[in-house]
Amino acid sequence: MKAITWHGKHDVRLDSVDDPEILNPRDAIIRVTSTAICGSDLHLYDGYVPTMEKGDVLGHEFMGEVVEIGPKSTLKVGQRVVVPFPIACGSCYHCSKQQYSGCENANPADTQDIGREGMGMPMSGIFGYSHMTGGYSGGQAEYVRVPFSDFGPLVIPDDSIEDDKVLFLSDILPTGWMAAENAEIEPGDTVAVWGCGPVGLFAVQSAFLMGAERVIAIDHFPHRLALAKQFGAEVLNYEQSKIYEALWDMTGGIGPDATIDCVGLESHGAFADNIWDQIKVSTFMATDRPHVIRQAIMATRKGGRVSMPGVYAGFVDKFPLGAFMEKGLTLKTGQTHVHKYLRPLYTAIAEGKIDSTFLISHRMGLDEGPEGYKHFKEEQDTYTKIVLKPGMAATTAA
Amino acid sequence: MGQQEQFMPERDDAPVTAAKDLDSDRALLAEAVTINRDPDDVYAFWRDPTNLVQVMENVAAIERIDDRRSRWTVKGPGGKDVCWVSVITHDVPGEELTWQSEEGAQVANSGKVEFRDAGPRGTVVRAVIAYDPPGGAIGQLIAKLFQREPRIQTRRDLHRLKQFLETGELATSARNRRIHEERYGDESQAEKQA
Repeated sequence: MKAITWHGKHDVRLDSVDDPEILNPRDAIIRVTSTAICGSDLHLYDGYVPTMEKGDVLGHEFMGEVVEIGPKSTLKVGQRVVVPFPIACGSCYHCSKQQYSGCENANPADTQDIGREGMGMPMSGIFGYSHMTGGYSGGQAEYVRVPFSDFGPLVIPDDSIEDDKVLFLSDILPTGWMAAENAEIEPGDTVAVWGCGPVGLFAVQSAFLMGAERVIAIDHFPHRLALAKQFGAEVLNYEQSKIYEALWDMTGGIGPDATIDCVGLESHGAFADNIWDQIKVSTFMATDRPHVIRQAIMATRKGGRVSMPGVYAGFVDKFPLGAFMEKGLTLKTGQTHVHKYLRPLYTAIAEGKIDSTFLISHRMGLDEGPEGYKHFKEEQDTYTKIVLKPGMAATTAA
Repeated sequence: MGQQEQFMPERDDAPVTAAKDLDSDRALLAEAVTINRDPDDVYAFWRDPTNLVQVMENVAAIERIDDRRSRWTVKGPGGKDVCWVSVITHDVPGEELTWQSEEGAQVANSGKVEFRDAGPRGTVVRAVIAYDPPGGAIGQLIAKLFQREPRIQTRRDLHRLKQFLETGELATSARNRRIHEERYGDESQAEKQA
């Protein structure tokens, strides 16, 4: 089959690899009909995430048609399913607490040591996202082996709902939703969101649905800010305005009640701390550039909440722990427990409460995937979201 | 005040898995895992050693000799198999098992596994193993390099036991059989299960 594979920093390719097979009783094989490139795939593309291996199949946002099932799968051949990016067994203690990204069983025993060394304990398995999370082949391919298929995938019963509407249930929609949930928004709150990529834009929508009175969205790409404005957010461009000063004034000297960092470890901008971070990262003295989380902590009102869906991979320098303590802030974060949100968010899409397709800027064949990565990296203002359609012939990009 | 000073015992209350003197020189190891099943189920699975071959990666074969004795063949470092006969020396159903290798073992070992009821979380399984490392400390260092170090192995084996009892299968991240064999060795878990 054809698949998008990782070969090193800024080197992803379309390769021919051998097909997946059923290995365990609960497995299913999915023929991928739609798969997206995620902002967090760019962290792999830029070489920030350790334990990638040459030839790894990328992609953790995908959906498709069931073509083969193991004896203990509850899916049926021919069903349309959306697959959550974390792999969860549904039967361990963490799954029973609906903390699916902490599933204890999906990451094979042999790859759990890395997470234990690096983070104290291993995380769940994730499709196409390094060997620290198992080394599972991802969804930017024609076919995928999906473990625990009796538990994870959401069957889309209504054929009239097209792929584009439900594809983002696999990651970025639940991630934006959980980001807003973690911000513990109360009616009347002002919420500041850093980063108007797909997760940030879903966080903006979710924050309003949860009762926020004002949402202030921060980025430097005009098109992305325009999308945020479309959903009712006030927008700040950090190339035009000083963010802390703007937030201070806009909230009457109080600060936002909740802040959401939808940027993570590759935060941009020519700030003194960020330049220092870049030097440290390029000399391997640190892995993460945490400018946004620092700014969010400084800006949040006393007693406020900080939500951090943005991905961080290792250690950060100059974390304002003193400000965090003195102001009595709460920080909530984590890889998304996608399984928990699938059904309610599917309903919200079906009822038209959430617009899940507005951010798709480009649709391409799988063959154009490597080009897609390049565009998504270098032209973030126009390439807000790329959906790859393995069934679509090359050079028919919409 | 009037309070009597508390007597401080020689050791603190930490479990043996955390002991600082539990280091590689002593060839004593302890690992624990929580399994979302009743102690009786976990005990019953462990009590039949032929079950364990499915979850223990470096165990090539376990032959049952009688109700208390079994013959173990384990893949050692450098592709050499080592063998011993293991005897159950103490057996409290649902709670605890201890074993010892018989005289003539290539790697003399003994140990204890406890099954403690953890309420809604299931069962805490704690294994404590003492062994005589082949090649002494240097042999053990080499084994560690080849990931056959008993503590790492025990941790992974307990995790596989958990996976098997909780999900009915052993997680593999491989896309297909070829990659599975490349990643997890020729004699794969799936084959041993078959």
